[in-house]
Amino acid sequence: MANMTQALRMALHYGEEHLELRDIFGEDVGPPLGGVFTATQGLKTAWNSPLDERGIVGTAIGIAMTGQRCVAEIQFVDYIFNTIDLLKTAGNTLWAGNGQFPLPLVLMTPNGAGIHGAIYHSHSFDTWGVRLPGWKVVSPSNAKDAYGLMLSAILDPNPVLYLKPKALLRVKTPELIPGEPEDQKQLKEMIDAPVGEERKNWKPQWPKLEKYTVPIGKGSIVQEGEELTVVSFGRSLHLCKQALSSLSLSVELIDLRSLYPYDWTLIKSSVQKTKRLLIVNEDTEVANFGEHLALRAVQEGFYHLLAPPRVLSGKQVPGVGLHNNLESATVPQVKDIQSEIKNLIETKW
Amino acid sequence: MTQNSLSKDLLLKIHNLMVKARVTEERLIHIYKQGLGYFWIGGPGEEAFAIPLGLLINKGQGLNHDWLYLHYRSLPTLIAMGLSMKEAFRAMFNKATDTSSGGRNFANHYCIPKWNVPPITSVIENQYSMSIGTAHVLKKAPDNQSLVVVTGGDAGTHEGDFATCLIWSSRPGKELPLLITVQNNAWGISTSYSSQHSEQHISQRGEPFNIKNLSINGNDPEESYLALKEQMAWIRKHRKPVLLEARVSRLYGHSSASGANYMEEECCIKTLEKKLKSEKLLKEKDIKDIWGSYREEAKKVQKEVMEESDPDGNTIWNHIYANNENADWRKF
Ligand SMILES: Cc1ncc(C[n+]2csc(CCOP(=O)(O)OP(=O)(O)O)c2C)c(N)n1
Repeated sequence: MANMTQALRMALHYGEEHLELRDIFGEDVGPPLGGVFTATQGLKTAWNSPLDERGIVGTAIGIAMTGQRCVAEIQFVDYIFNTIDLLKTAGNTLWAGNGQFPLPLVLMTPNGAGIHGAIYHSHSFDTWGVRLPGWKVVSPSNAKDAYGLMLSAILDPNPVLYLKPKALLRVKTPELIPGEPEDQKQLKEMIDAPVGEERKNWKPQWPKLEKYTVPIGKGSIVQEGEELTVVSFGRSLHLCKQALSSLSLSVELIDLRSLYPYDWTLIKSSVQKTKRLLIVNEDTEVANFGEHLALRAVQEGFYHLLAPPRVLSGKQVPGVGLHNNLESATVPQVKDIQSEIKNLIETKW
Repeated sequence: MTQNSLSKDLLLKIHNLMVKARVTEERLIHIYKQGLGYFWIGGPGEEAFAIPLGLLINKGQGLNHDWLYLHYRSLPTLIAMGLSMKEAFRAMFNKATDTSSGGRNFANHYCIPKWNVPPITSVIENQYSMSIGTAHVLKKAPDNQSLVVVTGGDAGTHEGDFATCLIWSSRPGKELPLLITVQNNAWGISTSYSSQHSEQHISQRGEPFNIKNLSINGNDPEESYLALKEQMAWIRKHRKPVLLEARVSRLYGHSSASGANYMEEECCIKTLEKKLKSEKLLKEKDIKDIWGSYREEAKKVQKEVMEESDPDGNTIWNHIYANNENADWRKF
């Protein structure tokens, strides 16, 4: 029962051992810290880069240009913005060069609110990411998917932006990763670095992990239902689950997992059944990626829908404020999701 | 051949390639001015530096060859490596046959995997950030003698990517086999070097990073060839970076953006021809013949390329993802 951080670490280890992953790098990614969330602890190819996000993205592109695989990290997605033209370049290199230089790189970064991270540790990059054609964008909501999506991302011949939901990095999910020991304490002893002096000579004992992939572009049905489809991912998915747990309504909950390419087949068939759609995410609301899905649902299913699809997302304000009242007023909360759900189910055109 | 000069054959070869590159560029400008092509940007005036660079490259594909992160003034380097005039015209006419970009990108934005040339991007200086990743791979490869060349202009050195390149290539114990060049033509588009730079030579920016550095006269092909040869050999051996600034001319202004008209600056080909004549290596007639035959070739190739097919609009969906995996959401 790994948490998401342990799952990521194990996926990266699997990548090093079996998927020709040669470089894992970023700010404080190598020893002694192994990442500010410890996701890269104990990995043999992890190294510390200069504190320079443009250099990190540029280096990842340059490594990938040779055909070698790497996973680079932006310490917090809040600090990715000064790399945007390099992200554009990574996304258009294959296209601009007439299909001649694929870039098999992964850029992972903690994303979103939920840890009282104030203005500069709470940004969401979901919609920005989707606006980078040439990239694939994924975001897991549980440890097993985190493992499976990371393996797929490493294997993918394209740039993959891997958004790690910051607030879920310590959350454990009951499903085991293939090869992971059942005893949680045992796993901790094997792969979590001790604090203090002991860390100096510490080496992880990796479990015998197996290959498990979650295909990029495939969502999953978390809960089946008949009256409404809720589409979410990452941290918001958990809030949706909580919201539903105290409502006795028949709602289908979809975990998108991949933001681009996205699983339209899954969403469409669900909405055909429920005839109602709610999309929930944390990024700011104007020109939000969810609006694209909502519009598509209207355009393709107008005459079947019982209510206008809705998008519940972050408020169009410059950041997420620190105080709980400010954060709650900015990004969707359980009660907001519940009231959207009730409204949608009660609404008729 | 003494240490300070090149053999007669090499000098004549360099001259010949310089003329070929210049004629190609002048034809591209002509195409632009006739309204037959869109924007032009290129490297006339930089041949004395860029041709020797191309000749010294260990050309090929993969880690056992050099890699080139070039910018939009690099046609002469690629001509020296064997690029045909046809490829240059195909890009200028944005033809389907343009192997570099399939008609997507401007003239002189090449992409040539068989010579380790990743796509040239218009974004000033991005190539300096990307080059370090490739140099990192070469540094780790066992028994490797290949290097990465990254080129750009003087104004671009004010972008953060230039600092990135200096910092990442000089980390203690992790220095990178990187030839960092700056072709200093003393201009941005219309902004002069002197109005923006407090450093006397851009190469001096290597000092605080302990990067070996030098400034050379990039209008002199002999000085350029010898300096490049020495520095590249040093990088191959020591696996550490060199920052090399070459002072060059900008003979047709910045690009179409400034009209692409001839400017009165030192022309490195004229200077070389004077020398070749005075040393009796070439006669006036030989020189005329070289120019004449390349001009004829250029006209002929232009005609041929104009007949080639244009890209189909549907090709915009090609190559967004590798192996042409679908990237169009309508088909998800
Ligand atoms: C990031 C970026 N900013 C601005 C431009 C527009 N632009 C194109 S060339 C140029 C001047 C570049 O000057 P320099 O680096 O000295 O190179 P030169 O063209 O003189 O060889 C500018 C500002 C650009 N292409 N990219």
